[in-house]
Amino acid sequence: MPSYLFWMFSLVMLLGGIAVIAFRNPVASALSVVTCFVGLAALFVGLSAFFVGVIQILVYTGAVMVLFLFIIMLLDLKDEVRRAKPLIPILGGLGLGIAFAAQLISVLAHNTDAALPELDKNTLVQASATLVDSGTITATGKIATALNAGSLPDVHLIGRALFTDYNLPLQILGVLLLVATVGCVALSKKTTPSD
Amino acid sequence: MATLNNYLLVSGLLFAIGLAGVVLRRNIIVVFMCLELMLSAANLSLVAFSRCNPIHGLPDSNGQMLVFFVITVAAAEVAVGLAIIVALYRARQTIHTDELTSMKG
Repeated sequence: MPSYLFWMFSLVMLLGGIAVIAFRNPVASALSVVTCFVGLAALFVGLSAFFVGVIQILVYTGAVMVLFLFIIMLLDLKDEVRRAKPLIPILGGLGLGIAFAAQLISVLAHNTDAALPELDKNTLVQASATLVDSGTITATGKIATALNAGSLPDVHLIGRALFTDYNLPLQILGVLLLVATVGCVALSKKTTPSD
Repeated sequence: MATLNNYLLVSGLLFAIGLAGVVLRRNIIVVFMCLELMLSAANLSLVAFSRCNPIHGLPDSNGQMLVFFVITVAAAEVAVGLAIIVALYRARQTIHTDELTSMKG
C-alpha cells in the first residue's frame, strides 16, 4: 500500500477512535466505531490480509456494531446529562493514554525498523514451488494455480490452515458460540419473583 | 511504503485511545465499545507481524488464524456482554457506572 493511503486510512481510524470517546451521544459513538473499523479494514487489505479485512467489515461493522445500536435504541438512551465530572477519572484516563503512547513511541524509536517484504510475482511463484516440493499443496491445485498467476490466494491459504492445523480449535470455537447463545437466552429470560 | 514500525505505532495509538476511553467514560456501553477498539488494535499488530515474518515468502497464516479466532471470540463476548447490560438495565434502570456501586467494597 502506498504511503499516502496508509496515512489516510490511519487518520480515518484514529479520528474515529477519538470521536468514540469525545461524543456524548451513544449512537454517535457507535457510528464512530463503525468509521474506525472501516479504516482498520482498509489497513488490513493494505497488508494483503484480504480475508481478515472482509470479516472485519462483515462481523464487526456488520453484526457487532448493529447489535450495539440495537441495544442502545432498545434501552432508549438519551444524551448523557452534563454533570459535574470528578476530575480524577478524566486526568487518570488522559494520563494513562498519554503515558502509554509516550512509552510506545520511545520503544519504537529504539526498535530496528523493517520494511514489509515484497509480495511480487517472483516471490509467489517461488513460494508455490517450495510448497509443491514439500508436498503441502498439489501442483495443479487452486493455491498453486493462483500463486503461479501472481495473485495471493489469501482465502484458500487460510481455509487450508483452518481445516488442517486448526481443526480442533475450530470445533472448540463452535462449542463456545453455542455456549454464548445459550448464555444470552438464559440471561435475557425474564425472571418472575415466584421463580 | 509504510514500514512495520508505522503499523505498530498506529495500532498502539488505537490501543491507547481505547484504554483512555475505558477509564474516562461513565456510560457502560461506550466502555464496552472502547474494549472492542483495544481488541482490534491488537489484531492490527498481529496482522502486521504476520505480513513481516513470511514463511516461504507468503504471509504467516498462523497470525491471521489468531486474528480470526480473536474476532469470533469477541463477537461471542459482545453478545453475552450486551445481554448482561440489558439485564442490569432492567434491574437498576441505569447504565451509568457511577450509580452502579452495589459491589463497591
